Amino acid sequence: MLYREAGQFKTSYGSDQAIFPIRQDQIGIALLLLVAVLGVPALAGEYWLETIFVPFLVFSLAAIGLNLLTGYCGQLSLGTGGFMACGAFFAYKLTTAFPELHVLVVFLLAGVGSAAVGVFFGIPSLRIKGFYLAVATLAAQFFLVWMFNKFDWWTNYSPSGVISAPPREVLPGIFLTGTEATPITKYLFLLGLVAVLALVAKNLTRGAIGRSWMAIRDMDIAAEIIGIRPLWAKLSAFAISSFFIGIAGALWAFVYTGSVEALAFQIDRSFQVLFMVIIGGLGSILGSFLGAAFIVLLPILLNNVPAAIGLQMSVEMVSHLEFMIFGALIIFFLIVEPHGLARLWQIGKEKLRLWPFPY
Amino acid sequence: MNATLARPLTLWLLALPVIIAVLGLALQGLAAVNASVFFAWSYFLEVLFAGLLQGVMYALVALGFVLIFKASGIFNFAQGSLVLFAALTMVGFIEMGLHWTLAFVVTAGVMVLLAVVVERVVLRPLVNQPHIILFMATIGIFYFLDGFGQTLWGSDVKVLDIGIPKQPLFVLQGVFEGGILVNAFDLVAALVGAVLVIGLAVFFHYTRIGRALRAVADDHQAALSVGIPLKTIWAIVWSVAGIVALVAGIMWGSKAGVQFSLALIALKALPVLILGGFTSIPGAIIGGLIIGAGEQVAEVFIGPLFGGAIQDWFAYMLALVFLLFRPQGLFGEKIIERV
Repeated sequence: MLYREAGQFKTSYGSDQAIFPIRQDQIGIALLLLVAVLGVPALAGEYWLETIFVPFLVFSLAAIGLNLLTGYCGQLSLGTGGFMACGAFFAYKLTTAFPELHVLVVFLLAGVGSAAVGVFFGIPSLRIKGFYLAVATLAAQFFLVWMFNKFDWWTNYSPSGVISAPPREVLPGIFLTGTEATPITKYLFLLGLVAVLALVAKNLTRGAIGRSWMAIRDMDIAAEIIGIRPLWAKLSAFAISSFFIGIAGALWAFVYTGSVEALAFQIDRSFQVLFMVIIGGLGSILGSFLGAAFIVLLPILLNNVPAAIGLQMSVEMVSHLEFMIFGALIIFFLIVEPHGLARLWQIGKEKLRLWPFPY
Repeated sequence: MNATLARPLTLWLLALPVIIAVLGLALQGLAAVNASVFFAWSYFLEVLFAGLLQGVMYALVALGFVLIFKASGIFNFAQGSLVLFAALTMVGFIEMGLHWTLAFVVTAGVMVLLAVVVERVVLRPLVNQPHIILFMATIGIFYFLDGFGQTLWGSDVKVLDIGIPKQPLFVLQGVFEGGILVNAFDLVAALVGAVLVIGLAVFFHYTRIGRALRAVADDHQAALSVGIPLKTIWAIVWSVAGIVALVAGIMWGSKAGVQFSLALIALKALPVLILGGFTSIPGAIIGGLIIGAGEQVAEVFIGPLFGGAIQDWFAYMLALVFLLFRPQGLFGEKIIERV
């Protein structure tokens, strides 16, 4: 009854092409942002901010990056962990070499560096596709992690191979990284950055470049015939995707964990992000957020449920059960809704439009 | 093997000594230029041989992938966890006091049961979904089986010993001083691999079910229209892949102990598949041999130049470079498609 676009007329092209054409959606997103900016820091404790909201935002960014490549351009990639490692280590080298550089600039430059690496490892996509490409991207995954692990130039010769984010200010006097940083600063910084980058991603997919990606995804031969250059479309998808993923990796190392080693970006990380994209919904920015929320929350829930209902189990047992339930849930979700959580949301919206008279 | 395969296969057999000789000479040259590389012909052959036998083990895992990919077009990521699960189950039954032959039969039964369950619960509801969805579903199976196997049998490193000899042998003592060191266990593994491949080839070519399997691999719809029950065939293929996984699990398990890392050797089988082509059984074997030998030789002779441990990614890089020149693999079906 409330959610209906009847009576909302569009009088300009601008309003017709808006991201949220329906007024209720505009109000909804404004409310959501308001809650995220004011409500969450006020209500959620430090623990919640540190263990749920910060990783959620970091993973959302990585999922958006992978979704641009896999969901919009149709290039399956298992190298996400490697590209995240690129972002983290590039940012570390940059900020230790140029301490006066603002941390935001460092993150963006690290993203640009990752994009260059992404383009390099994207070159095979010009000749191969599908699972062959997926295996080719595994080369990136293993090679990059090996490189960061092996050469201690990347860690400034730290004996443990661990990089720790040096303290950096985001505004004068307010630290984003290091021991003095408060969770609220981290959260708000991440929220702002991720919101802006998500907007950029959304607009990219609505523009010419996004349409060319989708054309390549749907049928590459037809796309080439209507004048899309596969070389540019594919490599730009790899570049922009790696840019996002690289920033996510830098944020992971600097803001979320604070110190990290190359082995934190193993193949598991790639699969984790791929799960987010698939469960959230391929080819949907909203889906990236939903998928990230699902994958971040699920292990926390699985950890706490047995304790909450008073079941005593060994730690080993819990971790094995976690694996089992995780696998089973993924299969369940794929069977029930192969198009992901974003599709569920869409169906829900359609239902809401007709409610309470579904005829 | 049919005629189209026989020609490249013989070509490869003829080219093999040449490739080995060229590789050896190149490394000898490298050793002459760079002092950190040590080279001797007998040592080179020893490393190469060890690598080839290691490659047989990779090929055993890769075989399971190929079987399922051929028959259903599913890229079965769970093959590695099938290997782990089979090995764990086998060890579990042996620990219960069964003789290993009996345990083998019972475990094979469990694998067939598992295949039927997977077909029923996972594959049937997902018929006609895009390949990536099926791929993700097999990753789900991967996680589930890892957890399930370890919940059932515990997660300690277990010893699987079915009496395969492990003492080192020295061969070619007449040619080189001291001969070449070869592990007897690896030879047994190679033999088992060969028997398995011949068995599968016979099964595929001379039985009714084998013909049906090939028909399904060729064209799902055409196979359905001549009355081949697709669902039964899928269950059979998964069962065969499960039994191949069991053999691979026994081999890997007795070599390295039964532990969680067994599930991850599936990742090593991927470049093997790329080299050999996703749809070719001989390709899996030859790909395995090339990857195994290349990896060992690179690690021992080229690795010191980069600081070692290049084994982790060398196979992938080899596959990557290879893909740029021959996207369909050595023996894969050539699909002409230009974009």
